[in-house]
Amino acid sequence: MYNVNEKGYYGEFGGAFIPEMLYPNVEHLRQRYLEIMAEPSFKEEFDQLLKDYVGRPSPLYFAKRLSQKYNTKIYLKREDLNHTGAHKINNTIGQILMAKRLGKKRIIAETGAGQHGVATATVCALMGIVCIVYMGEIDIARQAPNVARMKMLGAEVRPALSGSKTLKDATNEAIRDWINNPVDTHYIIGSAIGPHPYPDMVTRFQSIISEEIKWQLKEKEGKENPDYVVACVGGGSNAAGAFYHYLHEEKVGLIAVEAAGKGIDTGQSAATSILGKVGIIHGCKTLLMQTDDGQITEPYSISAGLDYPGVGPMHAHLCTSGRGEFISITDDEAMQAGLMLTKLEGIIPAIESSHAFAIFENRKFNPDDVVVVSLSGRGDKDLQNYIDYFKL
Amino acid sequence: MNSIQRKLQADQKLLSIYFTAGYPKLNDTVQIIQDLEKNGVDMIEIGLPFSDPLADGPTIQESSTTALKNGMTTEILFDQLKDIRKSVSIPLIIMGYFNPMFQYGMETFCKKCEEIGINGLIIPDLPLDVYQEDYESIFKKHGLLNVFLITPQTSDARIRQIDEASDGFIYMVSSASTTGTKEGFGSEQQEYFNRIASLKLKNPQIVGFGISNSDTFKQATSHAKGAIIGSAFIKHVSKNGVTKLDSFVKGIRA
Ligand SMILES: Cc1ncc(COP(=O)(O)O)c(C=O)c1O
Repeated sequence: MYNVNEKGYYGEFGGAFIPEMLYPNVEHLRQRYLEIMAEPSFKEEFDQLLKDYVGRPSPLYFAKRLSQKYNTKIYLKREDLNHTGAHKINNTIGQILMAKRLGKKRIIAETGAGQHGVATATVCALMGIVCIVYMGEIDIARQAPNVARMKMLGAEVRPALSGSKTLKDATNEAIRDWINNPVDTHYIIGSAIGPHPYPDMVTRFQSIISEEIKWQLKEKEGKENPDYVVACVGGGSNAAGAFYHYLHEEKVGLIAVEAAGKGIDTGQSAATSILGKVGIIHGCKTLLMQTDDGQITEPYSISAGLDYPGVGPMHAHLCTSGRGEFISITDDEAMQAGLMLTKLEGIIPAIESSHAFAIFENRKFNPDDVVVVSLSGRGDKDLQNYIDYFKL
Repeated sequence: MNSIQRKLQADQKLLSIYFTAGYPKLNDTVQIIQDLEKNGVDMIEIGLPFSDPLADGPTIQESSTTALKNGMTTEILFDQLKDIRKSVSIPLIIMGYFNPMFQYGMETFCKKCEEIGINGLIIPDLPLDVYQEDYESIFKKHGLLNVFLITPQTSDARIRQIDEASDGFIYMVSSASTTGTKEGFGSEQQEYFNRIASLKLKNPQIVGFGISNSDTFKQATSHAKGAIIGSAFIKHVSKNGVTKLDSFVKGIRA
């Protein structure tokens, strides 16, 4: 019921609203992806790389001091400890193996903060495949270390100069590249967005997160199910992966944390569940921020990874169906939570992930509730932001 | 009979022009349409600008961005066009991405088009199956033809499906590309043109993308019923404004 149906929809959301130029590629992928993912050799290679290269399973860590502070039991799912520093690599490993089996020789990707770009450039280096990453001109300027990492990894970083020159435009440019290179190229989308089957495929690759939480929690708490799973949502891939095996466990609360930016009413926000309406973005029917006239508007968040005007179709469905609880967190709240986690647990989180930790200030849990938070990435890439914000 | 269908029965090869409404100036729309007809253009695609035109290259992207900055909206476009049928009789098609139409409400949008005298729609990101399930009846009710795209990568089976679903013409994208990206045709296009001709489709084809002058117009129309020029026209008006449309059209027909 919360999974994708055979037509590619989650409730009313999803589908493949793509120009005919993309149809052969997307249709080919749709026909093959489940079959390829089910091949024993695919599974074996995927599992092996996640283990030996990414460093999985990522620990499920009981955060004692954090739990004391908020008087509840908080576990952190440590995606920040993955190779390249975030959950994004789970998806790029899966998709590069998919691309190889589809016979593709050239990889394109979009990136905002550069995390997905780095994760893509990494797997392309690993496999010796040509990699082109589209990145908004503005993001290139504000994420210089990740641009340098991608270049070191051998990727070409192409600036997206159209529109507002950020993530949404980088995605447009990647899609245009795919239209112009329909035969040899695979597009590795970085979140649970885009035309069907991308949201489902990305979710399946990320579902390793909740698969591990289940057995790890069983070991620690004697039960597979927490009371809540909390994750930040940009396009929604880390949240989709953290929620996946709990979607139909109705007793497990699913909390999605969006970026309110400077505040919901300031015109500088990325809280799609509140500010968005049903529409079509990047080939997908979902909730998105737009004008009354259907023009897509520019979101804002201090974290480039949450700076997307839409949200994946699965989350749009979780939101409107009431299955998910959506909370939005401002820049200031997120930054304070990032510092708080650093001081209490010795972990500097990515600013995206900091949003998820900020909810404890206002969202109260019972003392015996078990709350698992997806710590989607580490804060190395955000050091300059933290330095500027806290005048360190 | 829809006036597009009537036009398709004429003997000559058809020249169709795409322009972005609201570009270069917000209120150029009516004059561009009138002048194009006066200069012998057979059909016009009026582009409803969108913030994120996925299938378009830089020229049409920039014209869309400018048109939106100029203040163009769906409502304003309809208002500009409300008396267009008093002065213009060639087929008029609105071409735009799905989201602005979806927000306007597809039913209201189509009704408005009918009132104005629009003959068809081209919506690149409205897929065939969604159209057939949700919107075909609305199009029919309001006398609008829907035009589908095919590309060199489209399989024969899919082309037959699209041919079946169409009752005007098929928009034959000349190469695997966004608009205005590739100029001219090579052997790959010849092969593609021949392949489509051999399918003997029930709908005539009009070729678009990569047509910018009389040479490419001739090549495209040696195989197809007509050709659509977009980016080259946008470039012309961005350089010359909307005053010298006659020389542009003559250049193509030369
Ligand atoms: C560390 C981290 N967390 C979360 C996100 C948001 O993406 P998603 O919603 O797909 O998990 C990003 C995106 O760049 C990220 O780098």
